[in-house]
Amino acid sequence: MQVLAYLPFYPLLSFLLLIMLSKNLTWLQASIISVSSVGLSALSAGYLIHNFMISADSVVAVHLWQWFKLGDAAVNFALRLDSLSAVMLGVVTGVGFLIHVFAAAYMKGDENFSRFMAYMNLFISAMLLLVLADNLVLLYLGWEGVGLCSFLLIGFWYQEPANAKAAKKAFIVTRVGDTFFAIGLFLLFREVGSLTITDIMTSNELGLLVDNNMAFWICLLFVGGAVGKSAQLPLQTWLPDAMAGPTPVSALIHAATMVTAGVYLIARMNNLFLLTPQVMTIVAIIGALTLLLAGIAALAQSDIKRVLAYSTMSQIGYMMLGLGAGAFSAGVMHLMTHAFFKALLFLTAGAIILALHHQQNMFKMGGLLKKLPVISSLFFIGVAALIALPGTSGFVSKEAIIAELYSSKTAGPWFWWAAIVGALITSVYSFRMVFLTFFGQYRGCAEITKPSHYLLIMPLFLLAVLALAGGLITLDLTALFDVNVIDISTEPSWLHSVAVATPFIGIVIAYLIYFPHAGKTIRESKSKLTLFIQNGLGFNGLYSLLLVKPFLFLSKCNKNDVVELLIKAISWNVVTWHEVLKATQTASLRWYLAMLALGVIILLAVLLGQTSGELA
Amino acid sequence: MSQIPLNHVFIFAIILFVIGFIGVIARRNTLFMLMSLEVMLNAVGLAFIGAGSAWVEADGQVMFILILTLAAAEVAVGLALLIRLQQQRQCLDIDALNELRE
Amino acid sequence: MSVEVPFYFAATIAIIASLRVVTGSNAIHALLYLVVSLLAVAVCFYFIGAPFAAGLEVIVYAGAILVLFVFAVMMFDLQGDDEPKHFGREGNSAWFSAWFGPSILALLLLFELVYIIVVSDSKQLYVSNIVEAKQVGILLYGPYLLAVEIASFLLLAGLVAGYHFAKPDAGS
Repeated sequence: MQVLAYLPFYPLLSFLLLIMLSKNLTWLQASIISVSSVGLSALSAGYLIHNFMISADSVVAVHLWQWFKLGDAAVNFALRLDSLSAVMLGVVTGVGFLIHVFAAAYMKGDENFSRFMAYMNLFISAMLLLVLADNLVLLYLGWEGVGLCSFLLIGFWYQEPANAKAAKKAFIVTRVGDTFFAIGLFLLFREVGSLTITDIMTSNELGLLVDNNMAFWICLLFVGGAVGKSAQLPLQTWLPDAMAGPTPVSALIHAATMVTAGVYLIARMNNLFLLTPQVMTIVAIIGALTLLLAGIAALAQSDIKRVLAYSTMSQIGYMMLGLGAGAFSAGVMHLMTHAFFKALLFLTAGAIILALHHQQNMFKMGGLLKKLPVISSLFFIGVAALIALPGTSGFVSKEAIIAELYSSKTAGPWFWWAAIVGALITSVYSFRMVFLTFFGQYRGCAEITKPSHYLLIMPLFLLAVLALAGGLITLDLTALFDVNVIDISTEPSWLHSVAVATPFIGIVIAYLIYFPHAGKTIRESKSKLTLFIQNGLGFNGLYSLLLVKPFLFLSKCNKNDVVELLIKAISWNVVTWHEVLKATQTASLRWYLAMLALGVIILLAVLLGQTSGELA
Repeated sequence: MSQIPLNHVFIFAIILFVIGFIGVIARRNTLFMLMSLEVMLNAVGLAFIGAGSAWVEADGQVMFILILTLAAAEVAVGLALLIRLQQQRQCLDIDALNELRE
Repeated sequence: MSVEVPFYFAATIAIIASLRVVTGSNAIHALLYLVVSLLAVAVCFYFIGAPFAAGLEVIVYAGAILVLFVFAVMMFDLQGDDEPKHFGREGNSAWFSAWFGPSILALLLLFELVYIIVVSDSKQLYVSNIVEAKQVGILLYGPYLLAVEIASFLLLAGLVAGYHFAKPDAGS
């Protein structure tokens, strides 16, 4: 159990070390410290998961110390490993380790390298707390911790105002979701009296929750939190802007781990959600809408990282759809495989961006298949998994979700169709990206330098293996999730074939529209519709109109309130007295002396008055 | 022997002190201010010696010697400053020295 | 012979000389009046029973410090402006305003201090005792040793500061 207890603290220790020594470390020292700490966590995680799989226990728990008390209920600093958190643990430490290795090479030239790796370590630590937390308060600590790291890392290159703005936006928008989550926690505590996960899963009060309609509100608030963190509708606007951060950050935080925290939360609270089918349907609707809208938005992007960002949103939409349909294990499976192939895609995209000297515009790429064959083929593997071609990990998990949608009680044929259309769009935008990037003529002007550092290439290969073969990992989550009894017999027989065929249809469509045949000119479209879609279907403008502008107006109205007057009075007093006292500073020595004498005279007069009064 | 009351010595010292004080605050010439200061110091010394004599204690004279030392040091520094002032501004007017005002 | 007459005589001379010091317009004349004032005070010291202090006053004050003054004034031409408009035609009001305020303050101070002296219970005390230099020496190198050390530091500081400030500019 010691192994589990120490696990989240290796990266934390490394974070403290790096932050304290910061600029005194060479690249080698800093990368060894940061990467090895995550590697240590990954090794411990591997050991733990191995032990967990061969042992009969369904839960491994370790109590560290009591954090504080809420009434009678103690909130402990305790870690808990069950099959769900084991999956997350594997993903966070495994993918996290590979991304750390990549990041060490990717960020080698940056002057703030230690700071970058320190934030990455802090993120891993917070994420481990999140997934291993024994109670929801500790989970919330990790939840906020990853949010903070996300903020710090998006704004890592804060000298650029746009990056700082993107960081603020991400922080504030996720904060909205976090507030929902916190209120949900308070409500849950009021109703159940404990926030320990075991208590919530086994509480007898849950039935009461349904009766007084509280379960509905709690679940809805939790969905609010999950939606904010996982960039789902309607709080999705921050994720594309978050691509301002360095690419390894996008891979680690905004694709593989943090954004899936919302999915993890809903999966974790599955028994609560199962009590409220309405909320499950809401989750499914949110997931379906997000996957469609994000897919459409991805079709119009020109920045390769933004395509991947919208694709992430859309894939998380799939997970949400799966969760909403009650296919918890399929959703979690997709979470895992998505972490593999999306990390692979982001990192290969990062390698391409590095090779092209920070050129991210796909219209300035092209023909890279010949110039960067290794990276291109790795990218193909990622894309194949993303659009769920048979034989890849994405196929296994996405088909598992789609298969359960049709006859789910909380979803249905409509959602099935949404998922199919989503899959079609996915393969269209993926191959649009592939065709623009790798085929045709090279349209950029920057010279291509082949990234040759072995640290840069090795993680890509490992991730590619995972993206291909990750589907073979069988997750046994039956101990956690009630096995959904889905009546397969009523389903039409063509469902499965349609689902398998969809990606290929998408490829054909993409080939017809986007393939850069010889003689075809590739230009960025600047039509109004394209720009509208490119900017995320107008959500930014809508929020600005509905929220930001009224808020600014209100704050402007409220500028001269009582508090303001009070503060102004203070400053007025200070200024006035300053002027009065300044007038006494005449810089005339004789004047000072005369005043000194006057003071002495007055003092003596007072003294004399007192003594003569006493005498009299 | 002598029949000089201590009060008279004190009043004499006060008159000298006040004369010196008028000089310090009325004169604008720094050299005269310095001389007036000497008058004031001298008056204080006189008061100490008068009191020491009245109570037959040597402390008054010790204080006078310390004041003498102080006056010597003060004159050394003061005159050096005056010389520097004369070199740099060709003027000893104390009212012209107001650069530290703001 | 009674000591009162020479004491009051010397005191009058000291006061008049001091007045000439603060009102004078010629620096050298004022310095010489200051010497006169100091010598008169030295006479007073002698008559109130402090012959040693009287000697110091003559030797150190009049003989050393004032000579330093005279040297500085004459060698470096420290006349300054003699405030000539004090007695000028339209300078009368300026002279009046320059001296009126300080005089009022000084007179107030004088009255207060004199009042304190008059009402205090020191009326019966007479300065009729001679304090020998021996007593002063014993006291100075006994209980007042620390004060003497501090005074020597003060003199050293005065020496260093005087040297430093009066040194000609390196540039000029």
